[in-house]
Amino acid sequence: MKKTKLFDQAGLKRTINRLAHEVVERNKGAEDIALVGIRTRGEHLAHRLAKTIQEIEGKPIAVGCLDITLYRDDLHGRLDQPQLKSTEILFDITGKVVVLVDDVLFTGRTIRSALNALMDIGRPATIQLLVLVDRGHRELPIKADFAGKNVPTSLKQEIKVLMSEADNEDAVYLIDPPDQGNT
Amino acid sequence: MKLKSRHLLGLEGMSAEDIGLILDTSVSFKEVLERPIKKVPPLQGKTIANLFFESSTRTRISFELAERRLSADVVSFAASGSSVSKGETLKDTARNIEAMKIDMVVIRHSSPGAAHFLSKVVDANVINAGDGAHEHPTQGLLDMFTLREKFGSLKGLRVCIVGDILHSRVARSNIIGLNTMGATVSVCGPATLIPREIEKLGVEVYHNLEDVIQRVDVLNVLRIQLERQESGFFPSLREYHRYFGVTREKVSKASKPVTIMHPGPINRDVELSADLADSEHSVILQQVTNGVAVRMAVLYLLGTS
Repeated sequence: MKKTKLFDQAGLKRTINRLAHEVVERNKGAEDIALVGIRTRGEHLAHRLAKTIQEIEGKPIAVGCLDITLYRDDLHGRLDQPQLKSTEILFDITGKVVVLVDDVLFTGRTIRSALNALMDIGRPATIQLLVLVDRGHRELPIKADFAGKNVPTSLKQEIKVLMSEADNEDAVYLIDPPDQGNT
Repeated sequence: MKLKSRHLLGLEGMSAEDIGLILDTSVSFKEVLERPIKKVPPLQGKTIANLFFESSTRTRISFELAERRLSADVVSFAASGSSVSKGETLKDTARNIEAMKIDMVVIRHSSPGAAHFLSKVVDANVINAGDGAHEHPTQGLLDMFTLREKFGSLKGLRVCIVGDILHSRVARSNIIGLNTMGATVSVCGPATLIPREIEKLGVEVYHNLEDVIQRVDVLNVLRIQLERQESGFFPSLREYHRYFGVTREKVSKASKPVTIMHPGPINRDVELSADLADSEHSVILQQVTNGVAVRMAVLYLLGTS
C-alpha cells in the first residue's frame, strides 16, 4: 500500500487561507455568507474557514453543519447502517449565500443529498460549493465553485483527509490499493 | 450500527446497546421535528400498514405522523369498520397484507403475543404498538428518551411506576427497559393491582405512596381504567385518589422536586391532580412530542436495514 501526502499541516493551512480569500473575493465581502459543513470532516473545515474569513473581514460569520444520512440514495440495502447524527444550523438560511463545505468531491452524490437537505431547511439566495480535494469521477452534473486541489485519481485509489479535530494530525493522503502482485 | 432484530416486539431481551442506538437516533429526529419542513425522505417508497385492533388515539396518530414524516406511504386499518369486525382471523388479515406488498406493519391488539405471532407469518417488519397487558415498547422507549433528555443519563435514576401495574403493558416495558439501562425501578399501587411475583422483574414494591415519594426522582403515573372499579379491584375512585392519587400536597413533602410522567390519557384528579399535571415538574407533553421522534427512529432503523 502506497501513501502519498498531498497536504501537510502547513500546506492545509495555506490552502484554507486561499479558499477563504477566494470566497470573500467572489462574494465581494462576507455579508450574507453562511458556511455549512457536511458532517464530519466538512464541519471541521467549515469552522476553520469561518475563523479565517472572520480574520479577513473582521466580522463573525454563521457556521452550521449538515447531516445528510436521511437524504442518501444508498440508504437501503447497505450491510451497515450509517450512524445518524444531527443537523445543526441555528440560523435562517433563507436569502443567505450558503457555502456548502466538504472535504472530498467524488461522485457528487453526497452533494446532491446535501442540496436536497438544505432545500428542506430554507431557501438560500445561492448555494456555492467548496471542497478541499476534487478527485474527479463525477456521476452527477455537479462542480465545485472553490477547490483546494484537483487530484486526478483512479477509482481504486482513496483520498484520506485527516483533521486534528477528529484525528491525530492535519494531513491529506492519496492511498493506492495494495499491490496485487506482492500479496 | 444496526439493531439486532428486524422487528420491535418488546423491550424484553433487547440489549442496552440497541436501546441506546434507538435513543441516540431519536435525538436526530427530534431536531428534524423542529425544522420548518418536518419531512425527510429515508422511507420513500416504503408502505406501512397500521393495524389497530384496539382503539387508540395518541399512539395511532403518533405512528402515522412519524411514518409520514419519513415519507412512507401509510394505510391505516381500525378494528371497527374493517374485516376484523366481520370475523376475519389475524392470520388471514396478515396474509392479505402480504398480498398487498406492505413493507412494515404496526400492530395494536388486545391479545398478548399478537405482534409476535404476526412477525412469524409475514415478511414485513413488525412493530408492536401494544399487545394486551404484555408490552408497549415504543411507550417504554419514549419514556426513557424523555428521562434521558431531562436527567442526562438513566443510570442510577430512581423511577416509581404508580397505579394499575397488573393490567399495564406500559409498566412492563418501562420496568424492563429502565432496568436494562441501569435505572432503579419500583412500583406502587393497591395490592389488588400489583401482579404477584413482580419482584422477579427486578422492582421494589410499595403500597404507600407517601413513602415512595421520598425515595425517587420520577413518578410515572398510570391511567386508572374506570371499568376496573366495577370489577372490584378498588372500592371507589375517591378512595383510590385519596391513597394513590398523585397530588401536589403529597409531592411537596419530598425533599427534592419529583418529575411527573403519564402515558395519557389522564383522568384528572383521579390518578393525578390537575394542577400537578400542568405544573413545571410535569413532562407529560414532552412525552407526546418525543413519542413522534422515537417512533421515527424505530421506523427508520428497522425500515432501512
